[in-house]
Amino acid sequence: MSLIVRRIGPACTVQDQGRDGYLDQGLSHSGAADLLALHEGAALLGQSPTCAALEMAGMGGEFEAAQDIRIALTGAPMQASIDGSPIPWNASHLLLKGQRLTLGAVLRGAYGYLHLGGGVATEPFLGSRSIHLTAKLGRTVAVGDTLPAGPDSGDTGMKLIPTERFSGGTLRIVPSFQTALFDHPTLERFEQTEFRRGPRANRMGMQLDSEGDGFAAQGQLNILSEVITPGDIQMTGTGNPFILLPECQTTGGYPRIATVLPSDILRAAQTPAGGAIRFQFVTLDEAATLQGAFQKDLARLSSRVEPLIRDPHDIPDLLSYQLIGGMISATE
Amino acid sequence: MTHADPFPLVRNVGLDGMLVTFADSMTEPSNRAALAFRGAMEAEGWNGVIETSTSLASAYLRFDPLTLPHAEAEARLRALLATRDWYAAALPSGRKLWRVPTVYGTELAPQLEDAAAAAGLSATEAIARLSTSRVRVLTIGFAPGQPYLGPLGPEFDIPRLKELNPRVPEGALVLAISQFVLFSGPTPTGWRHVGQTAIRLFQPGRERTFLLNPGDEMQFPAVTPGELAEIRARDEDGTGGAQVEEIAA
Repeated sequence: MSLIVRRIGPACTVQDQGRDGYLDQGLSHSGAADLLALHEGAALLGQSPTCAALEMAGMGGEFEAAQDIRIALTGAPMQASIDGSPIPWNASHLLLKGQRLTLGAVLRGAYGYLHLGGGVATEPFLGSRSIHLTAKLGRTVAVGDTLPAGPDSGDTGMKLIPTERFSGGTLRIVPSFQTALFDHPTLERFEQTEFRRGPRANRMGMQLDSEGDGFAAQGQLNILSEVITPGDIQMTGTGNPFILLPECQTTGGYPRIATVLPSDILRAAQTPAGGAIRFQFVTLDEAATLQGAFQKDLARLSSRVEPLIRDPHDIPDLLSYQLIGGMISATE
Repeated sequence: MTHADPFPLVRNVGLDGMLVTFADSMTEPSNRAALAFRGAMEAEGWNGVIETSTSLASAYLRFDPLTLPHAEAEARLRALLATRDWYAAALPSGRKLWRVPTVYGTELAPQLEDAAAAAGLSATEAIARLSTSRVRVLTIGFAPGQPYLGPLGPEFDIPRLKELNPRVPEGALVLAISQFVLFSGPTPTGWRHVGQTAIRLFQPGRERTFLLNPGDEMQFPAVTPGELAEIRARDEDGTGGAQVEEIAA
């Protein structure tokens, strides 16, 4: 089974949970910018969260089914239709042979995901299907490409209420090994500042803007290049923060003021340009507890999947309408 | 009166990492200690470890904090540190020397003169010194297969740029803080672009994905832009005309 790409946005790549074990050769983790979206898609299709999906930054595309194929849509919502009929986001659908799936620009957030039943079955490299554009490992999906799917069977017509994460908000951070390079007033000001996501953002990192002075560390232009991890908040020479994302470098010389928790990196990545972001320090112990809760939530996703068929409980005013109608009828 | 030496330092890297740092500057012993300690961490095979690596003077442990709690990871690292003098460790065996033809200056490497001025040298003198320096792969990082190389002489201890260089090409040789970086792909950088080579350090799909290993040594002899163009034209294996020899143990 496969999908043929008829139109495509400029920054769509195949992503799974990324690649461990090559930091020693300078190859960073990569993987989906929104890990939760990968798990949601897997839950909707009743398959493993290790399945790869198509990650679409900002803009989707048009896809034709070469055979009947199950799909699911998660992450940043986009306008979606099959042969011109709108279909709901955060749901699984059956795309019949020859039908066209059309996905528009993101309505909120930054990264939408198209999942295939059986997972996107491109050739793995070094243990993962994740494209790593910065490393020139693979490329963006282009018109005429075929997205192959793995072996598959199962149902469609399921939905999942997503966790809201598409408009910025507060990101939990832990102090990291370079936090002490920043003095206490700078750290306090950092936590009190409301930032806006700047225009420069991709899978490597995202720039934040704020009013007032930058956030400088002591001697920051000459510190030793040191290990970087996704979620690190790096200060460039001008004191502007960048949140580093899955395709970040493995080492670098600009100091990092703190690190965003793995469970909050997806909220950072999904923040649209101009979206407001604040930071809140938590301790390592608190962070470990939050991470445990996040992983439990991921494991419970499949129990939250429900049929897409409109349930009366989904229509809040249904009962009152019926009641009023009945009353009017009774008085006539 | 003596001061307590704070090194080696054991500190956290975000939620899922610990860093063992052997010095706050790149020295030969601290680099060797990092390489040896990383090997020892790998050999321990602790449950919950995801991967390890090294930077210039640190060894990095990445782990699942729900399987290996921070306090336990730190205790194990400190116990391992106490087992020997890591600064006296030997360099890895099987190292190679790479001589990579390089164009200094010209439009291919437009910040050579700027770097020379920052080092207090004429362009000619800077090229003479840089092209005869033999440097070691101190670590591989920032991008796949990409080495930090050093040390260069103290005159080249020049700061990084305040404004990022928006883009340097693959094979760019850049300079700051008495080190080179040889870029494995096009990227923005805060380092000055002083030389250009034709080497391809990361070749996915080739039998050898990565060319270099930490501990290898490199030299960057000067060639003309015309010579580099010829090398590129006949370069099939991506080594950029490099001459490679084993370093005797």
